[in-house]
Amino acid sequence: MSRTLRTALLLAAGLAAWTAVYLVLQPLSEWLSYGALGLARGSHLGEAAAFFLYDTPKVLLLLVLIVFLVGIVRSFFTAERTRAILAGRRESVGNVLAALLGVVTPFCSCSAVPLFIGFVEVGVPLGVTLSFLVSAPMVNEVALVLLFGMFGWKVAALYLATGLAIAIASGFVLGRMKLERFVEPWVYESMQAAAGFEPERLGFTGRVEKGLEAVREIVGKVWPWVLAGIAVGAGIHGYVPEGLLASFMGKAAWWSVPLAVAIGVPMYSNAAGIIPVVEALLGKGAALGTVLAFMMSVIALSLPEVIILRKVLRPPLIAAFVGVVASGIMLVGWLFNAVL
Amino acid sequence: MRIQVLGTGCAKCKLLTANAEAAVVALGLDAKVEKVEDLREIMRFKVMSTPALVVDGVVKSTGKVLSPADVKALLAP
Repeated sequence: MSRTLRTALLLAAGLAAWTAVYLVLQPLSEWLSYGALGLARGSHLGEAAAFFLYDTPKVLLLLVLIVFLVGIVRSFFTAERTRAILAGRRESVGNVLAALLGVVTPFCSCSAVPLFIGFVEVGVPLGVTLSFLVSAPMVNEVALVLLFGMFGWKVAALYLATGLAIAIASGFVLGRMKLERFVEPWVYESMQAAAGFEPERLGFTGRVEKGLEAVREIVGKVWPWVLAGIAVGAGIHGYVPEGLLASFMGKAAWWSVPLAVAIGVPMYSNAAGIIPVVEALLGKGAALGTVLAFMMSVIALSLPEVIILRKVLRPPLIAAFVGVVASGIMLVGWLFNAVL
Repeated sequence: MRIQVLGTGCAKCKLLTANAEAAVVALGLDAKVEKVEDLREIMRFKVMSTPALVVDGVVKSTGKVLSPADVKALLAP
């Protein structure tokens, strides 16, 4: 049997098993909490246990599937290929492409600087490069899955759409501001013909392996945070009175959005780590816009990232970058609070 | 043989350095694994994603943590 065929069969079996487990989760969790554990339906503890026993495997299953699929998509992209696509693009189209590519290109915030230099070297406009640098950390598959699993597809879709919109708009605005003179001069001095580094030719089996590798790496790292998030959620579900935070983080308090962003910008956390906090805030009556603004400002901007970027960007450009992105996040926060 | 690991000092770069050292020991090579942390030095190799592995001045891999076995496959003659 050929290798490709075997991989395809294993993949199909895996997906079938995934679907089967997903379908029995709801009845199984109810049977466990109300039957096996003997907790009363409608009691605080019973509700909390059922929520935890259902949500934990559900979110972990979704996480495995999405991270696997994203891992396969990313195997088609490298920073070098993305750069080749973006080189020579005009600004508006370039900003949109850069934000979209930011989602699918493998990226680690520790290579933000080499990537920045690599882009600028081949003539990718500064604003387009910045669109990429905003979108890559902000639109995150783990956050997307967790929001979907815990708050439904509407919140997840809003997060995806507004994350992309902020990346596109802030890159465009920064590009218009003509800030090139605030890029450290040595970046342009080192400008030279780019070396091409082609994506590997992987084939079907190779790409499936890439997907599994992503699952091992990402799910292996974030699962404790996911458990913590769901435990917090379960606690709130059963116990905490609603509306606790509504008075000062609710819709009526317009200043809660800028305050949330001001607290979130210097903070650094991965997307999974912030979800327990999001869940706690929402559960106690904070407005969705305020909470999303807080989450986005934590994962998109951080003090460590600013320190890394300082190696290639001078302070006025860094200030403009943080200012424009933070303003975009605030607008999104207010927009949600106004329409929802 | 000269083996260099390019990276600005993040966790992944340290992991790749350790894996490269393990591979060198396993193959019994007379080689030292150097870490390159200076940005301008890194950019001289035209690398955009770190960590990257360089053998005798040639970039062999970028943007991923190779396992000791992967590095062995790259180093073995």
